[in-house]
Amino acid sequence: MKYIKFIVLGMFFGIILSKAEIISWYRIHEMFRFESFHMFGVIGSAVVVGIISIQIIKRTKAKNSLGEEFHYTDKKMSIKKYLLGGSIFGLGWAMIGACPGPMFILLGKGVASIVIVILSAILGTFIYGLVKNYRIFK
Amino acid sequence: MDWILEPWPWYVAGPLIALVMMLLMYFGKSFGVSSTMRTMCSMAGAGKISDFFKFDWKAQIWNIIFICGAIAGGFIAHNYLSAHHVVDLNPKTIASLKSIGIENAGSSFMPDSIFGIDALSDWKTWLFLIVGGLFVGFGSRYAGGCTSGHGISGLSNLQLPSLIAVIGFFIGGIIMTYFILPYIL
Repeated sequence: MKYIKFIVLGMFFGIILSKAEIISWYRIHEMFRFESFHMFGVIGSAVVVGIISIQIIKRTKAKNSLGEEFHYTDKKMSIKKYLLGGSIFGLGWAMIGACPGPMFILLGKGVASIVIVILSAILGTFIYGLVKNYRIFK
Repeated sequence: MDWILEPWPWYVAGPLIALVMMLLMYFGKSFGVSSTMRTMCSMAGAGKISDFFKFDWKAQIWNIIFICGAIAGGFIAHNYLSAHHVVDLNPKTIASLKSIGIENAGSSFMPDSIFGIDALSDWKTWLFLIVGGLFVGFGSRYAGGCTSGHGISGLSNLQLPSLIAVIGFFIGGIIMTYFILPYIL
């Protein structure tokens, strides 16, 4: 039962990204060509609402459903890791036209070929786990 | 209720995505999809091969459940909440796609020449999908997050590393879109 809220939130997430066409390959292509405001509007407005909400929570010291303070992950600084990792991700994002969330949503939409993409993305994750300690990736 | 069946504008979708993130945080979790792929590796026993996958994956089950919900959401939206599946693109995008061999851009969500079942009879389609997937999986883990973890959660919490990652997303995306896709599509 404790997981029901997560399946409901996931469904909600899947419906939003479908209805706003964020899962469309064309929308991502258009974004990288800067020929539409749509995706910038989606991400931008999500971030603006997110920043305001988090600032309110931090200032009012509101508690979460467990009665604790909200958890935040402060990410460790590194330019190479984020810039290089991000760029590799971007190469794939522009090919597939979907980042990880939309990949799974497209599976529900019935796009059969996305299974190949999901499996290879999991393989890519696995390969990172194998090579992450090599010096070039540090 | 007709608005539900029409495509939703950005100013509806963006704040709703923020709402999903805030609700996950309210339940003591965080919003990030790509980490589920690390969890899947761990569930499949990858911890025996690399320490990167040696963690308590049971604590991440909620996120796998979230993803299952997202799959169901995609099914529901496609079958019950959509009047049509046409994407209203900028005519410039349609023209440029036509010039690199993608016809009828926007007549469905995905180009048939990449995602259509018939396209799978060409080995180059397989290579394209596999390489793209590898980049997404490897890159998101190397960068420590994807569009949800860095782009939405990280930027909302004013994390500089997330901003660098998002700049990286666009460097890679622009290189692919302008300099590589025209030659391989």
